[in-house]
Amino acid sequence: MGLRSYIDKIKPNFEQGGKYAKFHSTFEAFETFLYTPNRVTSNGAHIRDYVDMKRNMIYVVIALIPCFLFGTWNIGYQHFLSLGESVTFWQIIGYGLLKIIPLYLVSYIVGLVIEFTFAEIRHEEVNEGYFVTGFLIPLIMPVDVPLWMLALAVAFAVIIGKEVFGGSGMNVVNPALLARAFLFFSYPSKMTGDTVWIAEKADAYSGATPLGTLFNGGSVNDLPSLMDMFIGTIPGSVGETSKIAILIGGIFLIITGVSSLRIIIATFIGAISMGLVFNALGTTSAMGTPFYYHLLMGGFMFGTFFMATDPVTAAQTNIGKWIYGFLIGAIAILIRVANPGYPEGMMLAILLLNVFAPLIDWCVVACNIRKRKKRWASAERRTK
Amino acid sequence: MKNINLITAPLRKANPITVLILGICSALAVTAKLKPAIVMALSVTVVTALSNLVISLLRKGIPSKIRIIVQLIVVATLVILVDQFLKAFVYDISKQLSVFVGLIITNCIVMGRLEAFAMAHKPWESFFDGIGNGLGYGAILVIVAFFRELFGSGTLLGYQVIPQGMYDFGYVNNGLMILPPMALIIIGIIIWLQKPEEEK
Repeated sequence: MGLRSYIDKIKPNFEQGGKYAKFHSTFEAFETFLYTPNRVTSNGAHIRDYVDMKRNMIYVVIALIPCFLFGTWNIGYQHFLSLGESVTFWQIIGYGLLKIIPLYLVSYIVGLVIEFTFAEIRHEEVNEGYFVTGFLIPLIMPVDVPLWMLALAVAFAVIIGKEVFGGSGMNVVNPALLARAFLFFSYPSKMTGDTVWIAEKADAYSGATPLGTLFNGGSVNDLPSLMDMFIGTIPGSVGETSKIAILIGGIFLIITGVSSLRIIIATFIGAISMGLVFNALGTTSAMGTPFYYHLLMGGFMFGTFFMATDPVTAAQTNIGKWIYGFLIGAIAILIRVANPGYPEGMMLAILLLNVFAPLIDWCVVACNIRKRKKRWASAERRTK
Repeated sequence: MKNINLITAPLRKANPITVLILGICSALAVTAKLKPAIVMALSVTVVTALSNLVISLLRKGIPSKIRIIVQLIVVATLVILVDQFLKAFVYDISKQLSVFVGLIITNCIVMGRLEAFAMAHKPWESFFDGIGNGLGYGAILVIVAFFRELFGSGTLLGYQVIPQGMYDFGYVNNGLMILPPMALIIIGIIIWLQKPEEEK
C-alpha cells in the first residue's frame, strides 16, 4: 500500500493551517477517488450500503462505454464510407480515436477545472457529478464540432447550468443537454444540416441524419433501413446512433437500480402514442412516418435511457415519473413532426420537462394530501 | 453631498434592475445592439428625471385617490415628447426601438420612483433621484448590450470590432447572444457577481 501511506504522509499539508490548505478540496477529491473514505457517521440510524455517489456515477460511466466504443468505430466507419475507401478494422478504430480523444480532453479539462475552482472557492468537497456529464457531452455532439465551441459550451453548462444553483444535485436542468442546447442555438450551422455528422466527409456524399432527411422533405423510403438504424451504422451524434449499445447500457442501469424503469416506460408510451396520433392524421410525410421509426431515429433512445432518467433533474414521486416520462416522449415527437426547424425534439423536450419536474412533483404531493384529507374526513363522519 | 448620493446609490446598491428587479422587460428587448440601448437609457433617464420633478412640484395638490392617474398623465406626456423627439432626430434607432419607447409609460422604474420618492420629497432631490435611477437602469442596459453586440454580431456601435482574421480562422458569431434569453442570463450573471460585493 505504497500509495495509501504516501497519501497519509502528505495529508497534513492540506489540513487547516497546512502548507497547501488552499487546495484542500482538490486533495480530498483525489483521495476519495482513489480510496473509499474512512470516515463513518457516528450516530443516528442510517441505511448502510456500499453504493455511495462516486460508485453510482461510475455505474453510469460503465453503462456508457458500449455507446462510446461503438461511437468511436462509427466515426471511422462513416468517414471511410463517405470517401469510398475500404480499410481495416484497426484503421477505422484509429481514426475514430483520433477524433474522439480531443473531444474528451476538452470536455474533462474545461469541466473539471471549473468544478475544482468552484469547490476551492466555496470550501466544499469536489463533487463527482461532472464525471458523468463530461462523459456524456462528447457523445451527444456532432463529431466535427470545433473544439473551442465545445469548450465554451462546457463552461456555459457547468457554470450557468450547475454552479450558480449550488453545484451537483442542485441543478434544474441536465448540464450535458444544456451544453448541447447552447451550441444548438448559438452555432446552428455547426450543429444541424447534413455536413457536420461525418468527420471530413467527401463533398459529394450525403451526410444527412435520418431525421434531417425526413424534415427536408424526404419520405420514409429515403431513410436507412430499420436494421441499420438499430445497429447504428448511420450518421449522427457520436454516441447515439447504435440502439444496441444504448440498450446494453440502459439495461445495466435498470438492473443496478440507477435509472428509473418507470420513466423509461412512460417515455416510450408517450412517444408511441404521439406517433400513432400523427400517423392517424398523416397529411405530410413527417406525420406519416411510422411511429416505430421515431423510436429509432435521432437521440430518442439515448435521451430516454441516459438523460430523462437523470435522478437529479427528473420527477421524484412515482406518479410524477409517469407524467414526466409520458410528456417527454409526447413532446419530443410533437416537436420533431410539427416544427421542421428543430428536428431533434428530444433535447428540447427533456429540458422543458426538467424545468417542470418540481411542479409535477408538487402537484402529485398536493393531490395526495387532499385525497388523504378527504378519506380522513369521511372516516371521521362514519365513526360519529 | 446628499444629492450626489441620490445619483450614485442607484448605480450600485439600489440599482433598479439588479437589486429592485424592475424594468426587466425592456432590458431584454432593446439590448441586442449597443446604440438602441444607449438611446433607450437616455430616454428613460429623461423621463424619470422630469416626471419626478413635475410630480414632486404637484405633490401637495394631488388628491391621493387619483394620484396614479395624475402620475400616468405626466409620464405619458413626457414619453410622447421623447418619442416625437427620437422620430425627428434619430429615425432609424426610433424604428429599432419600436414600441419600447411608448412602453416606457409602463416601465416599473418610472412609476416606482414617482410613488416611492417624488410623492414625498422636494423637487430638486426628486430630480436627482430620477437621474440616478435612469442612469442605474442605463448602466445595466449598456453592459448587457456591450456583451450581446460584441459576441452576437462582432461589432460595437455598428463598427466591426472582431477582426476578419478571426472569422477566417474559424470563429463564428454566437447566435444565442442575439436572442432575448441570453440577455436574461447576462443580467442574472451581473446580479450573481454583484450580490457578494453588496453584502460586504
